[in-house]
Amino acid sequence: MSSEKTEREPMFSAKTKKLLIGPLNKDNPITVQVLGICSALAVTVKLEPAFVMAVSVMVVTAMSNLLISLLRNTIPPRIRIIVQLVVIAALVILVDQVLKAYVYDVSKQLSVFVGLIITNCIIMGRLEAFAMANKPWDSFVDGIGNGLGYGIILIIVAFFRELLGSGTIWGFHVMPKAFYDMGYVNNGMMILPPMALVVVGIIIWVQRSRNPELQEEN
Amino acid sequence: MKSLRTYLDKIKPQFQKGGKFEKLHSTFEAFETFLFVPDKSTSRGSHIRDSIDMKRTMSVVVIAMIPALLFGIWNAGHQHFLSLGEAAAFWDKVLFGAVKIVPIIVVSYITGLAIEFIFAQIRGHEVNEGFLVSGMLIPLVMPPDVPLWMVAVATAFAVVIGKEVFGGTGMNILNPALTARAFLFFAYPAQMSGDKVWIAEKADAFSGATPLAEAAAGVGSGAVHFSHSLSDMFLGFIPGSIGETSTLAILIGAVILAFTGVGSLRIMVSVALGGLFMGGLLNVFAVNAFMEVPFYYHLVMGGFAFGAVFMATDPVTASQTAKGKIIYGFLIGVMAVLIRVLNPAYPEGMMLAILLLNVFAPLIDHYVVEGNIKRRLKRLPKPVKA
Repeated sequence: MSSEKTEREPMFSAKTKKLLIGPLNKDNPITVQVLGICSALAVTVKLEPAFVMAVSVMVVTAMSNLLISLLRNTIPPRIRIIVQLVVIAALVILVDQVLKAYVYDVSKQLSVFVGLIITNCIIMGRLEAFAMANKPWDSFVDGIGNGLGYGIILIIVAFFRELLGSGTIWGFHVMPKAFYDMGYVNNGMMILPPMALVVVGIIIWVQRSRNPELQEEN
Repeated sequence: MKSLRTYLDKIKPQFQKGGKFEKLHSTFEAFETFLFVPDKSTSRGSHIRDSIDMKRTMSVVVIAMIPALLFGIWNAGHQHFLSLGEAAAFWDKVLFGAVKIVPIIVVSYITGLAIEFIFAQIRGHEVNEGFLVSGMLIPLVMPPDVPLWMVAVATAFAVVIGKEVFGGTGMNILNPALTARAFLFFAYPAQMSGDKVWIAEKADAFSGATPLAEAAAGVGSGAVHFSHSLSDMFLGFIPGSIGETSTLAILIGAVILAFTGVGSLRIMVSVALGGLFMGGLLNVFAVNAFMEVPFYYHLVMGGFAFGAVFMATDPVTASQTAKGKIIYGFLIGVMAVLIRVLNPAYPEGMMLAILLLNVFAPLIDHYVVEGNIKRRLKRLPKPVKA
């Protein structure tokens, strides 16, 4: 994607790198800012839809960030939310059509949640907090970074839920048959949404004990 | 006894600050206070101190559970031989039951205590004794044929997610033993409920259904047919989880708990009243066979009595205020019967009812306290107008 580059700054300065890497850990949209939880619970039963969802959200976040950043000086502040929503909605419809055309099965599994990307707080949050005040390239990188941060949690959660809940990864059986013969049974609770919340909670727990600066003082 | 004391005193310095096993201090402390009454005394001011501490409290609860446990062991054997259609001597039944049930208890204690000790070491606090009770409660709410690895997984889940994430014993919102059961109930439904789990190797002609399953089946067929009489259900000669079948054995435990003041009699009674009230209400408006089941049956079927006596009274997760306890207990009884009768997907409503009210207990307390403050404020003399 071509974007208007800033002359004086190199394309991957320390700042842009931080925009890209930050959301993966200390600014993670799901585990630190606790945004976009709803879809994280809904689409993580299997790895494949979770991956498709992660990519879709990343594309929408990055592109809407870029477009809004390009438009940021012409949007009247009073109607900015409406403009943002129009941009997001248009992008989501595009993504939805592409998914229907190329990965119809997954699109059917994701069902309403592709459409609900419009309401994903991460996207609105990045537009309001970042794209409205920053240059297009930075905004684009920020969108990719947050999309990745969202996606990585989705994929971790989906990995464990699919492995323990169905004994498969990406649809392939990985649990050895010998386990089942010995009496192992797939954990039906992993397929239910509450376990997604518990898995996300455990990720937050691990992350916070590794990063003491994330812990609030009380 | 004396030699044990001298031995403990001898190795104690190694666990103190600077000693060889400083890191294992809490482990040592846990064993020492388990074996001997701690000699800590207050140094200033006058205090009234009771010698009862958490370890003794927990021991009372464990003692109160022994009748239900012993009966459960016998009943597991009894149901087994009954299902084979063989007559067996008393001790054969006990032996068979013990072979089934003792491993479950051992697995539950080992898993739970291992996690408790690990967390105590990492966090540097004393090992909490809460698990003494949970470790016994968990086996008692399992079916006798539950696979041992499931017990281990459920115990680990209950201790870590149900208790340690909230800060350990005394901080948990949900009852750990019920968390373990709920986990198994949703994770491995085929192994936890239904009419096939209670007795493993059974003859085809024998029905291993619990009274609750029979009552639920009555909704479809138009009439409830119990294969056990009311007195059988009360005495406990029915299939069911290890500790829940005999209402009589549970009542013995209830007397111990109520007499020592460890378990709240208020909660037990109000749970029973709530169940009777809801059962009666459903009798009046009965539209199917399950709703027509006489209301007093609910007290002896399934885990109602066990939940009321041992689960609902858990001092950590129950309401703390006197009035709150009545509301809390009553709602547990109401919800348990409601879930049982009106939701065929969940055969045992007691577990879900207690977990639900566990969550609401702090809210109930909050309003009771607020109400009290408001009432007392009204009693204040009105300020005289100047």
